[in-house]
Amino acid sequence: MKKSVYSIWFVVPVLLVFGVLFVLPTLISFFFSTQVWTISDFRFVGLQNFVTFFTEYSLRIGIKNTLIYAVLTSGLKVIFGLLLGVLLTAPLLRSKNFVRSVIFFPNLVSTVAVGITFSSLMHPTKGLFNSFLALLGIKGPDWLGNPDIALFSVVATDVWKGVGVATIIYIAGIQAIDRTYYEAASIDGASGTQKFFQITLPLCRPAMNSVIILSFIGGLRTFDLIWTMTKGGPGFATDTMASIVYKQYAAGFYGLSTAGNVVMFLLIAVIAFPLQRFLISREVDT
Amino acid sequence: MRRQHRNYMILDIVAVILAVAIFASPFYFVLLNSVKNRQEASLMNLELPEKILLAENYTEVIQEQNYMVIRAFFNSAIITIGALLILVIICSMGGYVLQRRAGKGMTFLNLLFLSGLMLPPSILPTIWVMQTIGIYRSKFGMILVEVALTIPFTIMLYRGFIYSIPREIEEAAFVDGCGPLRMYLQIVFPLLKPVSATVIVLNAVSIFNDFVNPLYFLPGAKNATIQLTLYNFMGQYLSSWNLLFANVLLITIPPFVLFIFFNKRIVAGMVAGAVKG
Repeated sequence: MKKSVYSIWFVVPVLLVFGVLFVLPTLISFFFSTQVWTISDFRFVGLQNFVTFFTEYSLRIGIKNTLIYAVLTSGLKVIFGLLLGVLLTAPLLRSKNFVRSVIFFPNLVSTVAVGITFSSLMHPTKGLFNSFLALLGIKGPDWLGNPDIALFSVVATDVWKGVGVATIIYIAGIQAIDRTYYEAASIDGASGTQKFFQITLPLCRPAMNSVIILSFIGGLRTFDLIWTMTKGGPGFATDTMASIVYKQYAAGFYGLSTAGNVVMFLLIAVIAFPLQRFLISREVDT
Repeated sequence: MRRQHRNYMILDIVAVILAVAIFASPFYFVLLNSVKNRQEASLMNLELPEKILLAENYTEVIQEQNYMVIRAFFNSAIITIGALLILVIICSMGGYVLQRRAGKGMTFLNLLFLSGLMLPPSILPTIWVMQTIGIYRSKFGMILVEVALTIPFTIMLYRGFIYSIPREIEEAAFVDGCGPLRMYLQIVFPLLKPVSATVIVLNAVSIFNDFVNPLYFLPGAKNATIQLTLYNFMGQYLSSWNLLFANVLLITIPPFVLFIFFNKRIVAGMVAGAVKG
């Protein structure tokens, strides 16, 4: 069949929108990140913006927080998602569709709404979390006001909202495993734990890798939840790269903001791409 | 065997109780507090209100600032529907040819679109480009940005689906003298209905819920989307949590309705997107 049936013109509209509003801005971000850029004009300063980023505490902490946030949220989603996935593929469990829906739904709720709800649940004196802890005789912490734990409180909220996606990916992965492996293992007298470690775990690796990559990248790019729950505070305790990009933009430091964007770009390119390569290379063939 | 059944029954009950307690109770908390009066809601507890103020609170939220919520819902709806319309048209066309044609150029384009799944958009340069072509701060510009940022995911879904359609249908049409445009409009596009539905439902939720992009690209009260008004209410209503919670609930209704009707499609689409990405 001649190629002309698949006209190249069909690709032009989508390429045009993507090129002008994604690729082009990405390319010029490397230029603007080397400028002192305000509303009126810009001036070349070389790598000064990046030096500022790595020397000033209020900016440097964003890189650290972003990495902590990404590692923790993806790690927790990988573990909890796997446990829930195994539970919800148990053949005799009758409530699995209901439970899966309940766990999945928070993912579809707007992040702003989730942020507001959890800010009130985590209120230091009146919030339900601390009222509950008080019943047990424990004095609850100031979840979002204590700089030592605020980041972890946002991480927990993120996991609550996103673990449903990890769960459904695992469920699909586990359901794709050939049943005969389990039957053969049963005949050989394998225990449930053995089946989990010898069959389920190695064979759901592709699903696990998707969960790791998706949630890790989501964690590196996180903004909405941080911004609605803490605005990066108290102090700079929960500032991530994306919230710093916004803060510098709001303060009018456009060059610095763009440099933050480029740092985020490089973080993802340097960590996520090799990570994906590595994970795929370790998948077992079935 | 009987004992195993009883164990599963207990597991069933525990699973349902835990799932509801952990994942559904926050919504009950929001609903309950949205029908309380100001003082009761400020206590943020689970006690039942003295009087249920359902109609009163929700009317107050809706009438606030000259029907701000209604206008914001309208803006969000326009942006979502506009973006979906463009996405379905240009991504089905693009994904179709990207999947069917081979060659170095196509491989490069596919990689380019795939990179958009991972890499973060560059915010300020995007504003600069939009200002240069004169679409910054406009609903149209906002629609195009939402389209641009969801293109990678949408193209991937379309390509994956088109891969599963046998070429023989197109070959038969080609032999009968069917041209490229007619081939796409009358043969390919109708076959894409299932994936188009997935694209619409998944992107409708993410675009309607988007907060970051309207914050950057659509500042100002006139075009505020529903997520932006909720965010602004949060700052203004710290003393009236009942109204804030009513607002949270209103904003949760559209995704909830979609979830009720398209539960299976949403889940399947997300899995397809995750595994292929």
